[in-house]
Amino acid sequence: MTTFTERALEGTGRWLDDRFHSARGVRVLFRKIFPDHWTFLLGEIALYSFIILLLTGTFLTLWFQPSMTEVTYHGSYTHLDGIRMSEAYASTLNISFDVRGGLLMRQIHHWAADLFMAAIFAHMLRIFFTGAYRKPRETNWLIGITMLTLGLLEGLFGYSLPDDLLSGTGIRILEGVLLSIPVVGTYLTFFLFGGLYPGHDIIPRLYIIHVLLIPALLLALISAHLFLMFHQKHTQMPGKGRTNTNVVGAPTYPYFMAKTGAFFLFVFAAVSLAATFVQINPIWLYGPYTPVGISAGSQPDFYMGPLEGMLRMFPSWTWDLAGHTVAWDVFVPALVPLGLLFTGAALWPFLEQWITGDRREHHLLDRPRNAPTRTALGMAAVTFWGVFWLEGANDVIADQLNISLYVTTEISRWAIFIGPVAAYWVTKRICLGLQRKDLHLLEHGVETGIIRQLPSGEYIEETRPVDEEERAVLESRHPAPSLPAGATVAALEEAPVPPAAMRGGMGRVRERLNAVLAESVPTDGHGGGYGEHGNGHGNGHAEHAAISPGDEETGGGATGA
Amino acid sequence: MSWITAKRRRPVAGYVVVLLGLVLVGAVYATITGSGSSAAATDPAVSQAEIAQGRQIFEQTCATCHGLVAQGTSVAPSLIGVGAAAVDFQVSTGRMPLREPNAEAPRKPQQLTPAQTRAVAEYIQSLGGGPPIPTAAQVSTSGANLALGQELFTANCTQCHNFVGAGGALTYGKYAPALTASTPTQIYEAMVTGPEAMPVFNDTTVTPDEKRDIIAYVTAIRAQGNPGGFSLGRIGPVTEGIFAFLGLLFFMVLAAMWITAKQRKSANE
Amino acid sequence: MSDPREPEAPDELPEARAVPRRVIGTPPPAEARRMLADVDGRKAPPAPRWLPADPPDPRRAKKAERLVAALFILSTLAGIGFIAAYVGLQVGSVDSVFRSNLALGLSMSVVFLALAVGAVIWVRHIMPTVELSEDRHPMASTPQERQAFAETFEQGAEASQFVKRPLLRRTLIAATVPALAAPLVLLRDMGPLPGTSLRHTVWRKGMRLLVYGPNTPIRPGDFSSPGQMITVVPDGYQDNQDALAAATAIIIKFAPGVLQPPTVMNWTVDDIVCYSKICTHVGCPAALYEQTTQHILCPCHQSTFDAPRGALVLFGPAPRPLPQLPITTDADGYLVAASDFREPVGPSFWERG
Repeated sequence: MTTFTERALEGTGRWLDDRFHSARGVRVLFRKIFPDHWTFLLGEIALYSFIILLLTGTFLTLWFQPSMTEVTYHGSYTHLDGIRMSEAYASTLNISFDVRGGLLMRQIHHWAADLFMAAIFAHMLRIFFTGAYRKPRETNWLIGITMLTLGLLEGLFGYSLPDDLLSGTGIRILEGVLLSIPVVGTYLTFFLFGGLYPGHDIIPRLYIIHVLLIPALLLALISAHLFLMFHQKHTQMPGKGRTNTNVVGAPTYPYFMAKTGAFFLFVFAAVSLAATFVQINPIWLYGPYTPVGISAGSQPDFYMGPLEGMLRMFPSWTWDLAGHTVAWDVFVPALVPLGLLFTGAALWPFLEQWITGDRREHHLLDRPRNAPTRTALGMAAVTFWGVFWLEGANDVIADQLNISLYVTTEISRWAIFIGPVAAYWVTKRICLGLQRKDLHLLEHGVETGIIRQLPSGEYIEETRPVDEEERAVLESRHPAPSLPAGATVAALEEAPVPPAAMRGGMGRVRERLNAVLAESVPTDGHGGGYGEHGNGHGNGHAEHAAISPGDEETGGGATGA
Repeated sequence: MSWITAKRRRPVAGYVVVLLGLVLVGAVYATITGSGSSAAATDPAVSQAEIAQGRQIFEQTCATCHGLVAQGTSVAPSLIGVGAAAVDFQVSTGRMPLREPNAEAPRKPQQLTPAQTRAVAEYIQSLGGGPPIPTAAQVSTSGANLALGQELFTANCTQCHNFVGAGGALTYGKYAPALTASTPTQIYEAMVTGPEAMPVFNDTTVTPDEKRDIIAYVTAIRAQGNPGGFSLGRIGPVTEGIFAFLGLLFFMVLAAMWITAKQRKSANE
Repeated sequence: MSDPREPEAPDELPEARAVPRRVIGTPPPAEARRMLADVDGRKAPPAPRWLPADPPDPRRAKKAERLVAALFILSTLAGIGFIAAYVGLQVGSVDSVFRSNLALGLSMSVVFLALAVGAVIWVRHIMPTVELSEDRHPMASTPQERQAFAETFEQGAEASQFVKRPLLRRTLIAATVPALAAPLVLLRDMGPLPGTSLRHTVWRKGMRLLVYGPNTPIRPGDFSSPGQMITVVPDGYQDNQDALAAATAIIIKFAPGVLQPPTVMNWTVDDIVCYSKICTHVGCPAALYEQTTQHILCPCHQSTFDAPRGALVLFGPAPRPLPQLPITTDADGYLVAASDFREPVGPSFWERG
């Protein structure tokens, strides 16, 4: 220890410890190990983008006027001089052209919002494909989905605040969607807008939701999300020395603190660079909102794009029932596909537990190839979302790529069904192929590129066996998820009555789903535990993979991989 | 299929796959965009007194499609009554002579010189009247009311041409073109003649002064710089979203990979 | 537990507790036990280090240190540059904002980027590399802990009488029920009831059609070129956004003989037809008119309407044709509405029928 640290400890350290009993707790925190993998930083991108949003957002609130009162503009942007516009729009022009740093802050804020949402998607996909949502982290997964939903709303309301022609069109669409809701639609619309559209209330109301309500909820959820991650410790990728009951990496103090601090600076640098060199949301070009006008190629920000695509894709179905109109053409695309995706995502950890009967703690991540069905389902969902996303930009695509407008919609109406199925099949084949490659490497070693001639004259390529690090990764396939005790083929042969959980229609469904989920390339000579591939019947569960009732009660972590 | 997989290790296999991929993408793209074949070149004209000259040019360049006295045929409309403005617009933007039948005539390099264009325009004007070529005063933007121009542009033009005149998609492969290269005269002529799918905005509905305001706004906006940086085409959130993923997120992933990369063994103790 | 009320032994280390207290995530005691020196001045025997003190290659670390220092200095200079740019560069025009944005943004970016790169090089090349391991404990508590919690919980529940006195319990729950309805009740005044307001627009018989923008009335003679289309708004409401959001319309001029049923011919004047501009899908202005195909195209979701035939839906998600506004001429020859729309305009809603 140097005298600098000694003085710090004697002075500040003692002061804090006298009041907060902090020595033990902070020491534990300092020594906490954080594993290293670049995919673990995707969530941090979202976290730091959020902090940047708070900082730049506060700056903007000092000048922004959330009011729809009409004023005549006489500010610095002369092309709009003399035009009547809302105070919200005028104050945004003011921030852009009459406040030093105003345009920079506006652009950083908007780029950070886009990055926030993009990072959440990337992070969520990483969690899904590596199986990090499994016990004990299901709650964190649900918190994450909630934050994704809140983020979507926050972004939508945020970019609508300037009341420009582009975002105002989005609010008009929001009004139309609300109106279409059966029974309560007109009431919801009139309550939200304070009467007829557009009224004078919507911008101030969106403002308070955007700067207070949702950020407060997000802060609380982020805190819970991070606390759970600290408390349960971060998951880790399989590798040498990494098991299900340890964490390998570098300690928080000083390593992780420094790295995460550096990453925060990187995020800030990235959005600053974007805000310096790439223009975003140039509202002065759009003009103030009027319900009379609209631009070609009107789009919401990218994270709302799929909703836009859903509205464009759906045919014009509507019913008239005894004096009431049921607007299928609006509220089905607006609510059903996203509802399916989000509900499916929320239920997935529990569905997977039910199918596999796997109630162990999981702290070692899966390589996506080692869970082919899960990865394929995830890619199918991504494709589903992606087709809607592309359709949401179909007029820009049609214009820029010279494709007939209606053809883009027709293509997407087919692609929305064919795409996910094709993605599932292709992804699964790729995963199984990668598994075979891994087994091949384990068996035959890595090619070295050195050619040798045998005495017989034949040329062969030399291989070397995989080293310890590679072996640890390649061998990290966890045993196939197994059904409840007593459901194995061996057990059924002895006592043909299956356990309660496996009886009846649901039991058979569960068994079939388990077979599909467990589909993997078999590793012969490794003690079983892997389903045979190709015929869809999982069988042959290894001794160590079966779960005994005792394990379930204590929930003790089984030794991993 | 095993004869294909048996050869998969050959060096040429990789190239074959890439080639097949390119061909597949190209075929799909060509199917959905649709294309035409190239057609014959046009003939240059000789000049005489204007209308006679124009008639001559017309008969050589345009009559094959439009008929000998511009009465129209099955492949092209009648030009009687369209006015000099229409001819000047179509020819000065290079849309006419049409190179190939297509969903829409694209802007391309002018085929006739300005003098020849004027000659043909006057000839057509003489056949049946119609809107004349606007004068310089009519398209002058000095003293124009930019604010009114913005309002009129938003009310009548942005739905096809986009906020800044960057263009937009119409049905069946047609499109509202970008206004980046249009001269004030061409903009005026387009409004007053309604070329192809564009509606007509005649001088009694949108007065000449209002047209000047619109022209002033269009020319001012397209000349204006982008204070926020590179504009990404000024088409809005689509390109912004692409940049958010391919620029921002990609940069962050690179940074993350650097921060967490395993260090070389020589750097460890 | 050191007692702050006892000044004579403020430096006493925590005594071992009688009951083992489980601290969240506490790793097993590591080799280095103490961070502070002993109270009585005796130095503890040197414990094995938890972290190495220095990187293995001092020369490389020194080079890295110089690089990082240079980056930090660059960041400082950029920070000063930011302040200078803020003070020195004014805004107030498109060009000056461009310059200011560039200067402020570039300096800010360099501040963060230089710091970030410097910090990463510091961690990777100046700090010694370590790989440590920490044990995880099962998330589930031990049976003893669960038992202890169960006892506490049960005894507390008994003492509170909550479980044993159903009258108390049920009346408490009943008391919370009105609170659930409070948000609905308190928010009732957010807006008026819709009533029939969605069924009508402001158009009335005799109200002139004004060309939107200059807001001037229009005669059929002025609107006589086939292929013309323009946006029109009701006279007296040209600045009223709420009215315009429902009442905005378009008029289109056709050549004779082109307009057909289901267009209501009585509602047209001189082959000029007037349709609502508010798309029946979700309310965007259905504003594109293609003269050649005579299609009205809404740019939001590409609903397409057949203008000569009563704006029937040809493509896209719109459920109904655009409503047609009956128009006629007044005494001065200007186009006026003959009445309001005969059906509700705009998107579908439950009560529309």
